[in-house]
Amino acid sequence: MALNKEQMLDLYRQMRMIREFEETVAKFFSQGQIPGFVHLYIGEEAVATGVCANLEKQDYIASTHRGHGHGVARGASINKMMAEIFGRADGECKGKGGSMHIADVELGFLGANGIVGAGLPLATGAGFAAKYMKTNGVAICFFGDASSNRGTFHESLNMASVQKLPVVFVNENNMYGISMSQERHQNITDIADRAGSYGMPGIVVDGNDVMAVYEAAEEAIKRARAGGGPVLIECKTYRHHGHFEGDPCVYRSDEEVNAWKAKDPLPRFANRLQEMKMATEAEISQIDTEVKKIIADAVEFAQNSPVPSLDELTTDVYCD
Amino acid sequence: MAEKTYSQAINEALEEEMRRDEKVYILGEDVGAFGGCFGVTTGLLEKFGAERVLDAPISETAIMGSAVGAAVAGLRPVPEIMFVDFVGVCLDELLNQAAKMHYMFGGKAKVPLTLRMACGAGVGAAAQHSQSLEAFMCHIPGLKVVMPATAADAKGLLKSAIRDDNPVIYLEHKALLGVTGEVPEGEYTIPLGKADIKREGKDVTILAYSMMLHKALAAAETLAQEGIEAEVIDPRTLVPFDKETLYKSIEKTGRLVIVHEAVKQGGFGGEIAAMVAEECFDSLDASIKRVAAPFSPIPFASNLEAAYIPDEAKIIEAVKSFF
Ligand SMILES: Cc1ncc(C[n+]2csc(CCOP(=O)(O)OP(=O)(O)O)c2C)c(N)n1
Ligand SMILES: [Mg+2]
Repeated sequence: MALNKEQMLDLYRQMRMIREFEETVAKFFSQGQIPGFVHLYIGEEAVATGVCANLEKQDYIASTHRGHGHGVARGASINKMMAEIFGRADGECKGKGGSMHIADVELGFLGANGIVGAGLPLATGAGFAAKYMKTNGVAICFFGDASSNRGTFHESLNMASVQKLPVVFVNENNMYGISMSQERHQNITDIADRAGSYGMPGIVVDGNDVMAVYEAAEEAIKRARAGGGPVLIECKTYRHHGHFEGDPCVYRSDEEVNAWKAKDPLPRFANRLQEMKMATEAEISQIDTEVKKIIADAVEFAQNSPVPSLDELTTDVYCD
Repeated sequence: MAEKTYSQAINEALEEEMRRDEKVYILGEDVGAFGGCFGVTTGLLEKFGAERVLDAPISETAIMGSAVGAAVAGLRPVPEIMFVDFVGVCLDELLNQAAKMHYMFGGKAKVPLTLRMACGAGVGAAAQHSQSLEAFMCHIPGLKVVMPATAADAKGLLKSAIRDDNPVIYLEHKALLGVTGEVPEGEYTIPLGKADIKREGKDVTILAYSMMLHKALAAAETLAQEGIEAEVIDPRTLVPFDKETLYKSIEKTGRLVIVHEAVKQGGFGGEIAAMVAEECFDSLDASIKRVAAPFSPIPFASNLEAAYIPDEAKIIEAVKSFF
């Protein structure tokens, strides 16, 4: 279905929101205001944005250690996400989870995950639950190229396929698992090829083209919702920053990074919107300004939120 | 003696053992050119080449399982699982394969491998990257469990672990990697199963390992200023466990505080307390105290994490409860 102007601008806004969110996290992390590890999504915004724009209320997503973008795209509260990353009481998880465990289950966001490849069976289960309870929901699993070498990938795709579950497996092929380039961690170029082994369609899309991602996801989600079973969509993309903030990135060349920065999904889509006469430069910079304000407000919200009370230490271990 | 970091000491042990025995090889994620996620294997690829320092895909099951297979077939693998928290991914390979093979096969198979993993909290890494999971590994017959606290011990124990014909779990605390200590020059090993008295004292015995040894030693200094002389014992290996050194100390002091970073409930401290109660009860003048983490996953927020990890103050409080 062709998107109207408003929907197109929403895609842009969402990508800008993720970019601004992540750049802000990078800044406060480097200032020592954010503890732990952060893995940023900068450069990959088109994937989460293009996929999640197709989702309905009853749908689920499972994410990864690089999960902020997925949360933003699913519509999680920007304020609460930021507060979580700062480790504050008003965070999505009361400050108990942090960057790698941000979640909002009510929204269908099954959480970032510290264990690579853990989301694949979780999404498979959420898809099973949707089918079992006839919610008409689908489950999306975002996962990295390197995580496709875990057994969970193979077991989940097989199970989802044989049980015809409404799951869409969205591979974010950013060509690296930490320092390991794809050619060093697997002997294939297209992860989508693996779909064939499990009897499901495997599609390759330009993961830096939000429209391409949107369209591929639209079709796969429709099919899954209609009972057609799972699809694997491989999105070719790139992370601009290191694996984690502080990564010296010795394993890749400046030329490579710059070549991918030239394909940055944000300016690319902004230009396209202008070419299509969907937006003027002024409208785009208007969005940029609005987004900046939302993120700045989120930082203020996070910084004004108290640290969790020590009483929280041993609560939430079990349900009452 | 030279000052070296715990991380350098581990690196040296790996290098020396790889030079000594061609059957020793390393495999793990990002262990090659990247030098390991924490930099521990830095330089080894350059020294030994990609045949002996293997960068593995994210396939812990295959990393661990292939190490077991290679070990049975005659090699001495030193696989690395980046964080002990990920061990769940390859648990079958550890507990049903590596640990039991020698026994199940009537003593005919050997599984000489050393599984290195980073453990411990204190760096804001939250619930899935901060755990101390030694207790359940100590529960599995067939595995040895090593948890060094100092650079010198880290080196000597790793060398013994690699030479051991059994599967050995070697847990390096991520917050100790940059901590320096005196490391002897030249070749030396430290036997598995030999505790070390890190500080002598007559009033109370504090048994602590890994990161907690350092907190116990700091607590002992503070207590000494108040006239309480604590003896601080580092078991260094939990399996095998050096009961003799501990019991001797308790005979002298009559009081025992056990400190570990792992969750108290079901922790290895409970096993030690039970051993002492069964075998050394008459030497005790007071009930045994344990200082350990509360029964919850490890929180992210810095203030919660700090409250979670046992510290000097809690150790001092436990000791003072005796006096
Ligand atoms: C089971 C497991 N193994 C290893 C790790 C450590 N680790 C975290 S992220 C990562 C690389 C993941 O690469 P990929 O799946 O391509 O995702 P990307 O980081 O590129 O988004 C690794 C090895 C982990 N968290 N969990
Ligand atoms: Mg990747």
